[in-house]
Amino acid sequence: MENLLMIAFSAFIIENIILTQFLGICPFLGVSRKRSSALGMGMAVIFVMLISSTVTWLLFKYVLEVFEIQYMRTIVFILVIASLVQMVETFLKKVSLPLYKALGIYLPLITTNCAVLGVAILNITKEHNFVEMLVYTIFIGLGFLFVMYIFSMIREKLDFSPVPKAFKGVPIALIVAAILAVIFSRFGGII
Amino acid sequence: MDQKANFLKGLFKENPLFVALLGLCPSLAVTTSLENAIGMTMGVFFVLVLSNLIISLIMSNKFLSPLVKPVRIPVYIVVIATLVTIVEMVMNAFLIDLYLSLGVFIPLIVVNCIILGRAEAFASENKPIDSLIDGIGMAIGYGLAIMIISIFREFLGKGTITIWQSLQIDLVFIFDFLKIEPIAMFVQPVGAFLSFGLILAIITAIVNNVSQTNKKGA
Repeated sequence: MENLLMIAFSAFIIENIILTQFLGICPFLGVSRKRSSALGMGMAVIFVMLISSTVTWLLFKYVLEVFEIQYMRTIVFILVIASLVQMVETFLKKVSLPLYKALGIYLPLITTNCAVLGVAILNITKEHNFVEMLVYTIFIGLGFLFVMYIFSMIREKLDFSPVPKAFKGVPIALIVAAILAVIFSRFGGII
Repeated sequence: MDQKANFLKGLFKENPLFVALLGLCPSLAVTTSLENAIGMTMGVFFVLVLSNLIISLIMSNKFLSPLVKPVRIPVYIVVIATLVTIVEMVMNAFLIDLYLSLGVFIPLIVVNCIILGRAEAFASENKPIDSLIDGIGMAIGYGLAIMIISIFREFLGKGTITIWQSLQIDLVFIFDFLKIEPIAMFVQPVGAFLSFGLILAIITAIVNNVSQTNKKGA
């Protein structure tokens, strides 16, 4: 239990996926202009990340390892993720239209989101068991959502602030991200 | 298109990192030392050049292209993932230190937007030779960009510039001369965002300046 708490806490704050592991920077900068879109993207990422990590973990343990073809990892994982995203999209469209409308536009973007593939691979390299994998993935996803949301709130304000001409747009967003990263790096002292 | 312009556009006008802002994740993560940046560049170069060539060969083939067109994105992904697996295996076999320090970012070359972006935007519509040159230009442009960031970060953060394993330029004396310590923050995650933001701002300022003077001249 303590072990799981540790994994959850470090995945959420200390090893925050955006600010210390640099995964999913593209959506972090791309869809963080408004709070609603940051929330939608975060939800979609948690959803896809959880499904894809579970499937890839099971595939790795019960197919790739059994046949000793671990080197096929990258190819298998990316194909699984790409097709899963597609499946989730069609499934949501049929089953729950409101959910599809909320997450739909973000789903195609997720295929090339390195966070999803990154977490699937990290779960393998960190040698997590099934429960640890679930906890790690959920809290990494929550960490992503959390930082995206904070960042989008800052950016909404940033649009109205006087920023030097050269810093307009992405450069100032990166500086803000740096300040956020300073805050998050200090959480490491808790453990 | 003029071959030279085709090659040079990747370096400056359409630089994948500084202008198009593609492939941000690895460029922030692996730029802690020049050595890592060089390793990443080699990986991206290999994958980007060959994927551009192969995809353009497939798409310009009269028999294959109608078959591939409806499912082109999965085909691109398989081609790219195969090349990335080759890079992963070669690095694991011959450059184990680099393999360990780049870690998860080697398999993540698959989802690097630059490679899929060039495949879709350029290689699928152009001749193999043009695509090859485009790939070389883009890969070198990307490599130069991450090398600039990594030199900036490593020099400010550690006072050294590691070119390859033990081949290291020691510049700590500059910090000694100024009676300050290297700023360790720059090799930490914080420094990645900060230095990339600063470099981007500097480039924007220069570009603005140049275009303004051009306007005045004209």
